[in-house]
Amino acid sequence: MTGSIAAIGAGLAAIGAGLGIGRIGGSAMESMARQPEAANKIQTTMLIAAAFVEAVALFAVVVSLLGNG
Amino acid sequence: MTHINNLKSIQYIIKKAIFTIVFSIVSLFSFANHDTTHLATANVHEENNGEEKFDINKTIMEHVADAHDWHLWGHTSIHLPVILYTNKGLDIFSSGKFNHGHDIYVGKYAYKMEHEKIHAVDENGNVLEDVSVLDFSITKNVATLLITVFGLILIFLTVANGYSKRGIGAPKGIQSWLEPIILFVRDDIATPNLGKHTNKYMPYLLTVFFFIWFNNMLGLIPFFPGGANVTGNIAVTMVLSVITFVLTNINAKKAYWSHIFLPHVPLWLYPLMIPVEIIGIFTKPFALMIRLFANITAGHILVLSLVCLAILFKSFAVGFATTPLIVFISAIELLVAFLQAFIFTILSALFIGMAVNIETEEAHH
Repeated sequence: MTGSIAAIGAGLAAIGAGLGIGRIGGSAMESMARQPEAANKIQTTMLIAAAFVEAVALFAVVVSLLGNG
Repeated sequence: MTHINNLKSIQYIIKKAIFTIVFSIVSLFSFANHDTTHLATANVHEENNGEEKFDINKTIMEHVADAHDWHLWGHTSIHLPVILYTNKGLDIFSSGKFNHGHDIYVGKYAYKMEHEKIHAVDENGNVLEDVSVLDFSITKNVATLLITVFGLILIFLTVANGYSKRGIGAPKGIQSWLEPIILFVRDDIATPNLGKHTNKYMPYLLTVFFFIWFNNMLGLIPFFPGGANVTGNIAVTMVLSVITFVLTNINAKKAYWSHIFLPHVPLWLYPLMIPVEIIGIFTKPFALMIRLFANITAGHILVLSLVCLAILFKSFAVGFATTPLIVFISAIELLVAFLQAFIFTILSALFIGMAVNIETEEAHH
């Protein structure tokens, strides 16, 4: 079996990103429910924050891919 | 009377529902067929070479990477021009001369193509290591870039002409489609970040938004006009992020640089803070580059892996199970295509805005 450690790395990155994006999404939902009039602004900020978290996870995926090949 | 009307509308709804279901199933099958036959031919092709096992990694990477041919269907493909520069000068010929890497083409040197990389070789087919071959070919990605450029120029000149002819008023035709998106870029992306500098950077932000979006969408089309993975190519995303990097640093105010070289921290922290701030200048565009590249590439790999499952297991049942999943992921990819264009544009606006709208530190004291 080759490349299995790289796969574990990608999996760990997915766990981290899942936790992060879950928290961002959950908090955004909560704040939108509290203040529906600010929903647009919250949504934009949420997407930007999610993009940052996702980028870190994708760094890990790229490193795993490189490590695999 | 109302009773009959209700009955009619119910009949109408049922007809519509049946039509929708039949249509979607038919289109699912045609898509599934297309992908399977396409990959199956690749598979058979490899088996002819003596490789018995279906190499899923190789198949996926071949589909994600750039190529010198533009595959249409079965064994038909468009042979794109190859442009090579060596120390003997320029060589221009069709990529069909390589016959998918099986043949050697003799120009000023003899050339051989291995995994889409072109080497100079001697008569016996051995690679000449000391001859550097610069490859300026119109590859699949370059051809798609040209198509995108002409497409965007055509669309936006039409829109601009519409405004100059009819003036500011009710939009017509393709204007009605683009005006809300252009206003979205201005009002939701540029203005909140750039403030009074919005108009100066709108041309760049609009260009980069529509360029990325257009290419992301083209990349999702599995056959001819699409099929190239332009925004999933790290060179393309690097150029885009370098433009943002240059715009940010050229237009930066004095306060931006004093924030980097004279931060408001105790003096003994300077050896730590200044290198961190300098690295920070470069990590922002670097993250932009990796984010777009990795998102699009990961999406393509995901869809291709699901398509490959049916071929890997050599079973129709798996194909039936994965087809809805592929459609679902493709639909998510449509969202990602828009989202990544949006994220790239808003982060570019944010970085530029941070550099040009920075308040002078003295104002705080």
